[in-house]
Amino acid sequence: MKYAYYPGCSLQESAREFDVSVRAVMKRLDVGIEEIPDWTCCGASAAESIDHDLGRALSTRNLALAEKASPGLDILVPCSACYLNLLKAQRAALADKAALAGANALIGHEGLAYTGKTGRVRHLLDVLLNDVGPKAIGDAVQKPLTGISVAPYYGCQILRPYRVFDDPERPASMEPILAALGADVHPWNMGGRCCGASLMATHKEAALASVGQILKAAATPAGDEAEHGDGADVIATVCPMCQMNLDGYQGQALRAGGVGRPVTILYLSQLIGLAMGLPEDQTLMDKNLVVTDGFRSKLAHPPDVREHHPTPETHRPQP
Amino acid sequence: MKTDLTQTTRDAAEMELDAIRKELQACMQCGTCTASCPNAFAMASPPRELWRLLLLGFVDDVLAAGSFWMCSSCYTCTLRCPRGLALTEVMAALRRLAARHYPEHAKSNATFYKAFMDNVRTYGRVQESALMTSYFLAMKNPVLPFAFLPLGLRMLGKGKLHGPSAGQKGRLEAMFEHAAAQGDRT
Repeated sequence: MKYAYYPGCSLQESAREFDVSVRAVMKRLDVGIEEIPDWTCCGASAAESIDHDLGRALSTRNLALAEKASPGLDILVPCSACYLNLLKAQRAALADKAALAGANALIGHEGLAYTGKTGRVRHLLDVLLNDVGPKAIGDAVQKPLTGISVAPYYGCQILRPYRVFDDPERPASMEPILAALGADVHPWNMGGRCCGASLMATHKEAALASVGQILKAAATPAGDEAEHGDGADVIATVCPMCQMNLDGYQGQALRAGGVGRPVTILYLSQLIGLAMGLPEDQTLMDKNLVVTDGFRSKLAHPPDVREHHPTPETHRPQP
Repeated sequence: MKTDLTQTTRDAAEMELDAIRKELQACMQCGTCTASCPNAFAMASPPRELWRLLLLGFVDDVLAAGSFWMCSSCYTCTLRCPRGLALTEVMAALRRLAARHYPEHAKSNATFYKAFMDNVRTYGRVQESALMTSYFLAMKNPVLPFAFLPLGLRMLGKGKLHGPSAGQKGRLEAMFEHAAAQGDRT
């Protein structure tokens, strides 16, 4: 299994822990990744608010680079916004010759042209679920996340507007992976609810309200949790924008909403890395802004009453 | 700002508006969009009302209220629209229309997006610290940075703020120039 890899700008910046953990997890799973040489910004959500053609060309440039360096390989994208932009550009290129010619005209001065000879644009979650598979992920688990309740948070752009690998109204693609890690899934219906995205920069009050509602739903006990637990221990994300809003602005959102408690926010790849027993320099949990003591203690001392994946590791007496 | 693609011909604005109205033509005012919108609570004209105003020709009201700046591109309305209309794209088209042709209405709403594109044009890859700095400078609002200061300090503590990387600097300059010269043709 091999992919062309498009990390995107955030993964080189505030979301370094996403990039590092994706690379480490893929290595452990024996999945090859070839970073697209000289890749640049996909246009994010800003480009289409300014210039539609330019936005399309920004994404197409990266597709053309991938075609040149790794012809035929699927393009693996961990960031949801980059994923949607590259997917849109690819769909436009394959469906509309005029759109492709327009985009190629803007990248032609570099000697680049996209002709469609890459594989598909794939999101990390799609690749983990459908190519690698929960079985192989489960086989690589050394420290199961027993007794930890994870709220799977999908965000918007991997679910909508295109139905690719999940049900956009009732997303569930993360659940088999979380089960393979030995974790419990927090039952909730906020997994596909928008975090506010770039409104956090432009109209913060609106975005804080969205973040507040998501955090509240994560912290509210549901299903089996109602008897003994108190909601999710951690929210798993697959998008640096969602992560920034839920993690970085959590304090402000909780203060603005007046209810709720802190919730740990980790990238899915970090959770997988933790369950694989990867060291800190490959999971970088130190980079996350909100990691609660409760979560740390559950991670360090998993209850051994459950029998998801009993291994010597989980039963070892704690010093 | 470098990314100032404001064109002044009202003909161009009319053509953009025509395309927007054409996309909305089949709207039957069912309101699924408004009911699905996570930001409707913060909009002076929520989506359904916005479409109706545009189709009835109350463009100035739509531009003045600026509700389309509150769209976070979650695509829920697009997913659920029983007529299959590309509503999220319409929101973006309205932002482009306002930013280009009606700066008096767009005011500071387009500033973040322009600062973002300036940053991409200069560095090739987004440099977050430099972006937020230029956004604050462009907003000319001395209080604004303080809303982001607590997070900035925590990110600094985590080693997440740094000077811009020059690896891809200037790589996209020619593309931006070319795009500005030809104008957005959508």
